[in-house]
Amino acid sequence: MDKIDAVIVGGGLSGLSCAYKLAEKDMQVIVVERGDFPGSKNVTGGRLYLEPIKSIVGDMLDGAPFERKVVRERWSLLGDDNSISIDFTGERFKQTNHSYTILRAYFDRWLSEKLIEKGVYVIPKYRVDDLLWEGDTIVGVRAGEEEIYANVVIASDGVLSFMAEKAGLKQKMKPKNYAVGIKEVIELSEEKINDRFNVDINEGCAHLFIGDVTKGMFGGGFLYTNKETVSLGIVVGIKAFIEKTPTIEAHALMDDFKDRYEVGRLIDGGSLVEYSAHIIPEAGYNGISKLYGNGIIVTGDAAGFALNMGVTVRGMEFAIASGIIAAESVIKAKEAEDYSEKTLAYYESKLRETFVLKDLYTCKDIPAFLDNDSFFSFYPKSFPDLVEKIMWFGEEPKGRIGKSLWGEMKASGLLSFKRLKELYTLKNL
Amino acid sequence: MRVDEKLTIDAFKTDRESHIKINHDICRDKCKIKYCLFICPGHLYTLNEENNEVVVEFAGCLECGTCKIACIEGAIEWIYPRGDYGVQYRYG
Repeated sequence: MDKIDAVIVGGGLSGLSCAYKLAEKDMQVIVVERGDFPGSKNVTGGRLYLEPIKSIVGDMLDGAPFERKVVRERWSLLGDDNSISIDFTGERFKQTNHSYTILRAYFDRWLSEKLIEKGVYVIPKYRVDDLLWEGDTIVGVRAGEEEIYANVVIASDGVLSFMAEKAGLKQKMKPKNYAVGIKEVIELSEEKINDRFNVDINEGCAHLFIGDVTKGMFGGGFLYTNKETVSLGIVVGIKAFIEKTPTIEAHALMDDFKDRYEVGRLIDGGSLVEYSAHIIPEAGYNGISKLYGNGIIVTGDAAGFALNMGVTVRGMEFAIASGIIAAESVIKAKEAEDYSEKTLAYYESKLRETFVLKDLYTCKDIPAFLDNDSFFSFYPKSFPDLVEKIMWFGEEPKGRIGKSLWGEMKASGLLSFKRLKELYTLKNL
Repeated sequence: MRVDEKLTIDAFKTDRESHIKINHDICRDKCKIKYCLFICPGHLYTLNEENNEVVVEFAGCLECGTCKIACIEGAIEWIYPRGDYGVQYRYG
């Protein structure tokens, strides 16, 4: 039978990036996507960091439909009925192409159209049902009645990756390794966004929230400004969710978040245009699947390349980089005329030289560190309470500020041995 | 806005056959808490109290996969809808 060079399962960022780089080398490649068009099944928070991938993308992202350049970062600790926020901006972020907010239905579709111009077959509306085997080697995929034979299958089928599972490369999916993200896209005029988020035209804001948004569970809230919409959502660890007593309904958590004074003011007058959800890999380095086998490479979310760094969440640039490196690996394999795991091992060794596995490895202890209710309950409650006490002026005469502050910090437990130990552990992260 | 109203804003193409299957024996006998009833972002799982059976409104599935992970007893068999069906995000 005739084999093409590669069949890619899934038209997301890693699959499309892989196809793009293979097409540049005139390789025969087919992308199979189960949605109406690439991007129609994909959800992001979210923003894309460009600096880590600028040296490898080439012209791939020239003309990309970015929403806004992020020049303002905000973090808020939400107490039960108060909050404290940090608002950061810097010239360096304004002058460079550091990070952009995107919407995947636009972005992925645009990238796939660029691919089609390059002669890549992108087949939408097909679900890949199974892998095709020849002995212990994967030689293609089956999608409904169709069989597509290829030298290499690229499993770019997202966090749930049925392909990696069928290939026996995936760890069993456990609640502690995943979070659920729920998102609303809310339409708001460009002018209102610029005013409310204190940004210029085409500039945007990324805002993370922790504390009351998840009622103390592992996770947080996010808000990213797009051109004429905002992406507002929450992320909650699935293990934390199922262990929570009394139980909380996921959709109600989203509504409570929107009802907060701090959030409601930002989206007031906006109209909901989409409601979406997706699970997110949260285990970091320790959750990564086996990355390749005979005739198969796993990329992006399917491989578990996502990173919660506490201060921000990353995934899309890992997906793009892994797709590009997967393409390089297929090219190497073709040169060697060997598609066994021995040759495809290049994929992992190359990933280890780049930010993909380096950053994931560096941050490997963060998931365990964050598995601590201090960050989702104690700190978000204590700091706003402290500020509230300082700023409150009642009938009683105010004591000395330093003395009251010290007293309050001691009483709240901020100066306890446990907190100091947490602070000390930070140096190892 | 109620969650079922939120779902009406999304674009769905509904297959006749469900892509979510529930093993009612496991569900009834093994699962005490039934996480699916509250963790599904679309709030698609409900308990039919007459026959003590969990039912799922698969037509509004956001394809997030949460129930697949949260159903630790393995009563929920969840796969992607067939090609050309299911939710079609316009923003993502």
